[in-house]
Amino acid sequence: MIEIKGLSFAYSGYKVLDNITTSFGPGRIYGLLGANGVGKSTMFKLLCGLLTTKQGTIEIDGSSPIGRKPGFLSKIFYVPEDFEGPDMSIGHYASGVAQFYPNYDAELFARLLSEFEIDAERKFTTLSLGQRKRAILALALALRTEYLFLDEPTNGLDIPSKAEFRKMVAAAMDEKRTIIISTHQVRDVENLLDHIMILDKRAVLLDKSVSDIQSEYLFDISANVPEDALYVEPGLGGCCFISNNTSGEESRVNIELLFNYINSKKK
Amino acid sequence: MEYNEHKPIYLQNVDLMQEKIMRGEWPEEERIPSVREMGASVGVNPNTIVRSYQLLESQDIIYNKRGMGYYVKDGAVARIKENVKREFIANELPRFKAKAGMLGIGKEELIDLL
Repeated sequence: MIEIKGLSFAYSGYKVLDNITTSFGPGRIYGLLGANGVGKSTMFKLLCGLLTTKQGTIEIDGSSPIGRKPGFLSKIFYVPEDFEGPDMSIGHYASGVAQFYPNYDAELFARLLSEFEIDAERKFTTLSLGQRKRAILALALALRTEYLFLDEPTNGLDIPSKAEFRKMVAAAMDEKRTIIISTHQVRDVENLLDHIMILDKRAVLLDKSVSDIQSEYLFDISANVPEDALYVEPGLGGCCFISNNTSGEESRVNIELLFNYINSKKK
Repeated sequence: MEYNEHKPIYLQNVDLMQEKIMRGEWPEEERIPSVREMGASVGVNPNTIVRSYQLLESQDIIYNKRGMGYYVKDGAVARIKENVKREFIANELPRFKAKAGMLGIGKEELIDLL
């Protein structure tokens, strides 16, 4: 369980997170959404102790990331958006990193690499962005940490790799793990998410399970938009809109539309 | 698997599972993949897949054998056909009728076409 209370952070006076309070529970894959610069990556860095909280508190299973204790860090893995990788082979790097993670599964790592068509003998410096990304994602999943933070994981992946990635994450999920995916490429991961969190600098604008969103709102596309629609966007084949779900019938959540609706309410 | 825009993912997964049962790919009284296996094969969150399994269980299409997993229930194919037929009559047929009416296609012309 991750609990964040009154968290604020600023880069040399420029505030990105301002008094944020929220929590993340086990057994869920969270989609962490927010406009550029609201502090999604900063939040990840604070969660794993790469940055130090100055205001507010973070507790993960009762411990603060600030101490950076090995027992604490071994439960967490963070994949940044841009992963360069050191000048060594993937296999060599992985076996070094894996020593700190007691749940590491070497067989799983080998299988995930081969599904991603990556050779463990290759050096990171000889790989393309997408290949480096596939290598680090395979490692991240094989470390089998309780907490996994993925920052824009599908950035740089080619089309078949995106589908592979979804299958891998779905297979890796269990009731003890908490996976948080921050992304602007909502379509790439929407079937993986069962909880949506929309972050703004000063507040969590939305924090709801996908099934609650489905029972609360109706997402539809039609030439005739009902008068009581909450939010409308014109598009091909009619207007996309959100209305209150009064029929009890569920529709597929259009996350982009939901994001725009929630952000428009703020203004 | 391709997902359409309107139906929630868990219901689209129900459709996929029902199709497999109707086609005989998953025969009656045989074990079907676990929630985890199903989620991994289509790249969908296992919690979403759980909802599909629960719905099919409540409709007597599949059942859970303790410690063994999920099985297709005896008579599931007939029940699925009944459900799909009801849905066709309730949802698709009115739309079809409305469109035919709008285009001025009469009963006899329709019968000829069918």
